[in-house]
Amino acid sequence: MSIQEENNQANTRGQLPYEREFLLSLYERMVTIREFEDGVKFLFLEGIMPGTIHQCQGQEATAVGVCANLRANDFITSTFRGHGHALAKGLTMQEMLDELFGATTGCCKGKGGSMHMGNMQKGMIPGIAIVGGGIPVAAGMALAYKMEKSDRVATCFFGDGAVSEGAFHEGVNMAAIWNLPLVFVCENNLYGASTHISKVMRDTNIARRVASYGIEGRQVDGNDVLAVYEAAKASVRQCRKGAGPAFLELLTYRVTGHSRRDACHYQPKQEREEWAAKNPIERFGKLLKEKGIIDDKGLTTIKTRVLQQFEEAVENAKRAPLPGPQDLTTDVYV
Amino acid sequence: MTKRMGIAEALREAIAEEMRRDEKVFCIGEDIGVPGGWGGAFTVTLGLEKEFPDRIIDTPIAELGFFGVSCGAAMMGMRPIVDVQYGDFLFCAIDQIIDNIAKMRYMSGGNICMPLVIRAPIGATGRGSQHAQSMERYFTGVPGLKVTTVSNAYDAKGILKAAVREDNPIMIFEHKLLYGSKGMRAESGAVDATVEIPEDDYVVSLDKAAVRREGSDVTILGWLLMSHFAQEAARRLTDESIDAEVIDVRSLSPIDYETIGTSVRKTGRVIIVEEGPKTGSVGAEIAAGIMERFGEYLLCPISRVASADVPVPFSPLLENLYRPDVPRIVAAVRQVIQDE
Repeated sequence: MSIQEENNQANTRGQLPYEREFLLSLYERMVTIREFEDGVKFLFLEGIMPGTIHQCQGQEATAVGVCANLRANDFITSTFRGHGHALAKGLTMQEMLDELFGATTGCCKGKGGSMHMGNMQKGMIPGIAIVGGGIPVAAGMALAYKMEKSDRVATCFFGDGAVSEGAFHEGVNMAAIWNLPLVFVCENNLYGASTHISKVMRDTNIARRVASYGIEGRQVDGNDVLAVYEAAKASVRQCRKGAGPAFLELLTYRVTGHSRRDACHYQPKQEREEWAAKNPIERFGKLLKEKGIIDDKGLTTIKTRVLQQFEEAVENAKRAPLPGPQDLTTDVYV
Repeated sequence: MTKRMGIAEALREAIAEEMRRDEKVFCIGEDIGVPGGWGGAFTVTLGLEKEFPDRIIDTPIAELGFFGVSCGAAMMGMRPIVDVQYGDFLFCAIDQIIDNIAKMRYMSGGNICMPLVIRAPIGATGRGSQHAQSMERYFTGVPGLKVTTVSNAYDAKGILKAAVREDNPIMIFEHKLLYGSKGMRAESGAVDATVEIPEDDYVVSLDKAAVRREGSDVTILGWLLMSHFAQEAARRLTDESIDAEVIDVRSLSPIDYETIGTSVRKTGRVIIVEEGPKTGSVGAEIAAGIMERFGEYLLCPISRVASADVPVPFSPLLENLYRPDVPRIVAAVRQVIQDE
């Protein structure tokens, strides 16, 4: 029996071995990501918000389960699909909405935008929107941690599409040969933009592929937040004690478009329905209710609270100060 | 007290001194610290692994990867000196250099420092098309990067030290014929770039050109090997009573228009000498910059001496035709003087 299966059993038998507050914080964080993404999609489609968007509805458990194991100074790298990672790493809806509106109060002063969300105080460099680009960078962050002899751990989020990039091979290999404290988190959502994984890989088991670098890869149900949390916990612990790197392939699904107005016609109906039944937020809510952690009313209260925070943040973002000509040429050099 | 040394030696000494001064400084690249190896392709890091076993990091042959690694380490507060064996290999790493190393500060709204030095050997030296290109042009127009060159050992040491201490990403281009690499790694056709170097610590400004020879009739601008050829051309022109000023442009981004402007106002004539195809050259940018700023002082059109618009050829005869030389610089100067 795999660790994941053991955890699943543990989760369905008896008491959950976690503090109630912790479980509810995981749930609320996932709801925050979902409501943020749905709200942002509306603002974008209505033309209220500039730019383009790449969203992560359906993948909330990966970001939340992994980041719950990280300290503020354990940096992560993310991608163009980074809103969920940012919220999971502690960025506020306000600093992110301000950024999406191009305001100077945004987390990157309006110079990053949707694809480059980050906050150095919270352990997240700006998202790297070139597919695979963050993989060697994360290895460099981990190299710095190793050289400074700290127990910090770097975490690198990327999708299944990035596995085809040369940067993946180069970055994973260097992390392996130097035993770097780096947790690779591959969010396998089956599609690189609109192209199905089966069209770009003969063997679609990514975790198995990394064995060729001398690293153990683990496949985990990426829509089970506790399974993700436990797997990441073991990976982070392994890296903190100097036995890194670790590699997780989190099986998940993007229930929204690749970007902008993508209607996902390339995703078969049956496939969409199967994954809809594995909605990570509904699944976790159901588990919490079964275990008597919270009831329907409590879940509704959480959602209402999150929605209210989001609406307030949107109103603030609409009034947030916009940059002027004087801001164009600052921040290029120190 | 001074001592005479070449560029490879001066760079090595600068790296060692900076690594002693600051434990955050480290070197990363291919074949840079292999015991019994060469100390990088041109001996710059030779033997440094003995003193710094944990900070001279040999990588796989993976330029994209180790430039990305350097970027990540720099953002976490380390100060990498990244060695690329041949400048041409920068193309493999260009995504990390331009998309991440150069832009991270801006994209973060000024919250990131990228204290990172890239060292790249360039120049046509009998190696054909892919180990010979003049790579400066591909990076001078990239906001967020500073691009500089070292044409003698004094500059090499002072510029490398200044670059290591700076919180911005700096690219230093070095010419293979100027290193003064010794023994088995010596280059045929090398030009002497050794000079007396002070024993005490010093830095050379990263954004200043250097007047190598004062003159009043014409300004010859060049860098790296071409700054040496320009000085030789100026010496020959004295026989014809032409008094040429030679400026080693050194910093290619930003360009020191103050020093250049002072000269242009004085001479009114400009020749820009550059190894590399004329089309899309750094010289084109410099010419435009001079026109915008000092056009009214020009007595004649700016003239460029550069390579033909071809890949770098192998055959020594063709390579010599490709690379601007002293006679061509002399001829270009005569031309602008006669045309008046």
